[in-house]
Amino acid sequence: MAETDMKNQPSDAKPSEAKPSGRAIGEPGAVRDFAGNLAGTPRTFRQTLIRHGTPTSDRAKSQAVFTNFFLHLLPTRTHLHAIKATTTLGLGVATLVLFVLLCVTGVLLMVYYKPSVEGAYGSMLDIMHVVPTGNLMRNVHRWGAHAMVACLMLHMARVFYTAAYKSPREFNWVLGMLLFVVTLGLSFTGYLLPWDQLAFWAVTIGANIAQSPQELTDALGVTSVFDVGRMQKEVLLGAHYVGQEALIRFYVLHVMVLPIVASILIAVHFWRIRKDGGLARPASADTADSGGAATADMTPALKTYGLMAVMKDKTPVVNREMRNTIMTWPNVIYVIGAVTMVTTLAMLVLGMWFDAPLREMANPAVPENPAKAPWYFLGLQELVSYSAFMGGVGIPAIVVLGLALVPYLDREREDVGVWFSGAQGRRVTLGSMVFAVLVVVGMLWFTVRNGWLRNWEATAHVPQIVITFFNPGTVFVLLFALWSVAVVKITRSTRMGAIALFTCFLVGFVILTYFATVHRGPNWDFYWSQAEWPVH
Amino acid sequence: MDNQLQTSERFKPPKTRRDFLGLLAAWSAIAAFVMAILGAFRLPMPSVFPESDSRAKLGKPKQFTVGAQTYFAKQRLWLYRDEAGFHALSSVCTHLGCIAERLDDGQFSCPCHGSKFDEAGRVKGGPAPKGLIWVELSVSPEGWLVADTLKEVTPGTKLLA
Ligand code: HEM
Ligand code: FES
Repeated sequence: MAETDMKNQPSDAKPSEAKPSGRAIGEPGAVRDFAGNLAGTPRTFRQTLIRHGTPTSDRAKSQAVFTNFFLHLLPTRTHLHAIKATTTLGLGVATLVLFVLLCVTGVLLMVYYKPSVEGAYGSMLDIMHVVPTGNLMRNVHRWGAHAMVACLMLHMARVFYTAAYKSPREFNWVLGMLLFVVTLGLSFTGYLLPWDQLAFWAVTIGANIAQSPQELTDALGVTSVFDVGRMQKEVLLGAHYVGQEALIRFYVLHVMVLPIVASILIAVHFWRIRKDGGLARPASADTADSGGAATADMTPALKTYGLMAVMKDKTPVVNREMRNTIMTWPNVIYVIGAVTMVTTLAMLVLGMWFDAPLREMANPAVPENPAKAPWYFLGLQELVSYSAFMGGVGIPAIVVLGLALVPYLDREREDVGVWFSGAQGRRVTLGSMVFAVLVVVGMLWFTVRNGWLRNWEATAHVPQIVITFFNPGTVFVLLFALWSVAVVKITRSTRMGAIALFTCFLVGFVILTYFATVHRGPNWDFYWSQAEWPVH
Repeated sequence: MDNQLQTSERFKPPKTRRDFLGLLAAWSAIAAFVMAILGAFRLPMPSVFPESDSRAKLGKPKQFTVGAQTYFAKQRLWLYRDEAGFHALSSVCTHLGCIAERLDDGQFSCPCHGSKFDEAGRVKGGPAPKGLIWVELSVSPEGWLVADTLKEVTPGTKLLA
């Protein structure tokens, strides 16, 4: 079919389709037209659906992207830098694909799942053993959730290390942090639904973490007038213990509230990428073959200029957009399609080979020992074993707020879009890794060997507030902060300080997660491996 | 020309009565909206709890001899009777709500993060921020020994038998 014009009308429309009005009803011509229309319906329907055939010219390719609801998220031309594998590693798209997969498999599971204390566990067994493809869907849903958190964290690290959070993308980074919190919320609320021992006890612990501000209000003696901890727990559980009320609340959050919030945030996240001028890229990506000098304050190419024509402001640099760009259709579509296929395939293979675990049915009388949360919460669980409030509320809040503020505290404009911002950044990253490994491993070794304040004669009776503010977890965080300040002082660069801090947190997260997964056993005691766990 | 001046960023028109009224209207709308949202979010905060009858009959006082130590799994509490009277310790760990196990020597140990408590529920080690809860006991008019698992009493309080 020929390419379309701006009015989106099929250019080969038959004259009969554009018939003049005014023919009297009942004239034989109308019946003939009707028969013709009927015969032509498959074709005209396709034309109205797709509005153009396979585009061949650049103009038609632009149209293909521009006039399609789903594709118009993308610019019609994309900068070459954006589809280089090393720019994004495909992680953002993989996260999106996993989110969609989770929505699809989740809705399928909803068909059989019963959110009631009596019915939930039984419906899980049905899904696993009776429902056609139920087990596979459940597996894909479970592994997909783990993979989404993993991709999300890697995506965040990629954005951080390529300095893609800098002006004008600060707010998109903040949106990203919100998505991070919402995604963890999705996974936490989903954890309760199978209603097995692990679910029950991990969520009991989670709900009590919500109550842990009492540790602070108790110390200040204000719990009787201002009990945030209790309020949080009651809102979460709708009761004093995990039971039917909690299950319904978690279900509503998991299948309605959080997915909707996440979808809205993702839509805005993507819209901002477009409005911020596409993916971040180094100045050199523009100068490379264009010859013209590109400076940081030039309006970024590929921005939508619509409003610029009607207001008084700097005129955008025209004619630069075309340099170093390629047609989005089909190049970018291929890349996205490839990431989608690889991600989906990986989940299918995982789901066929490995079954998602399910323990015995929840029993409020006997705690699971050890009751381990999913891997990405295990680092926190280790911190919580020092102080419930600091490990479960204080330190996570500091980390999330600290990360959200990064683009506002580090406003240097250089080296955007360059991994580690160059050689110095690579050195700082390595140095911070070594520092963080020493600090975290050292502290863990010390704590496992010697215990903490309560285990020592002289300090056995210190008030709780001392332990709340001085425990292995707060010591890490303080040392990380001091190290980052030192890096800012030495390098005179806030970007280097940010790299130092982010690297420390990342390494701390990885080591704590590993440690709690492998080396913590019953009673949260230290074991070299699970083989050493006592049997009873 | 006028229009251009107004749209220029540098031109700040003096505040007028109209602006004042406009601002007033805008802020009252915002205030009303915020109040409405706060009102709506009052809903998830329960005023009646499913466990609202948290009292449980443990038995008749004379069922328990001096020195008896009895566990009630459903209420998650240990009931003690000694010369001074009755008292009950909740076995729910004050750290994060697992159930502390009572060892042979009468001390408690929590399986989740290793909190330790002595016979009277005082913290001996681990991350627990405070001692085990002493649950309120009373005798009902019909002479039953009743525990209210959501009420706590000062440690050391005993119910005279
Ligand atoms: C549900 C979660 C998320 C989804 C689906 C998502 C998706 C995406 C996608 C598809 C891109 C395009 C580039 C790429 O593929 O890497 C992107 C870019 C970006 N994301 Fe995310 N993201 C999520 C969470 C986050 C988080 C947690 C952060 C950081 C806190 C973040 C910050 C950013 C920023 C700043 C960009 C622009 C990067 C650039 O210009 O190079 N996003 N995101
Ligand atoms: S719940 Fe008892 S030690 Fe953590």
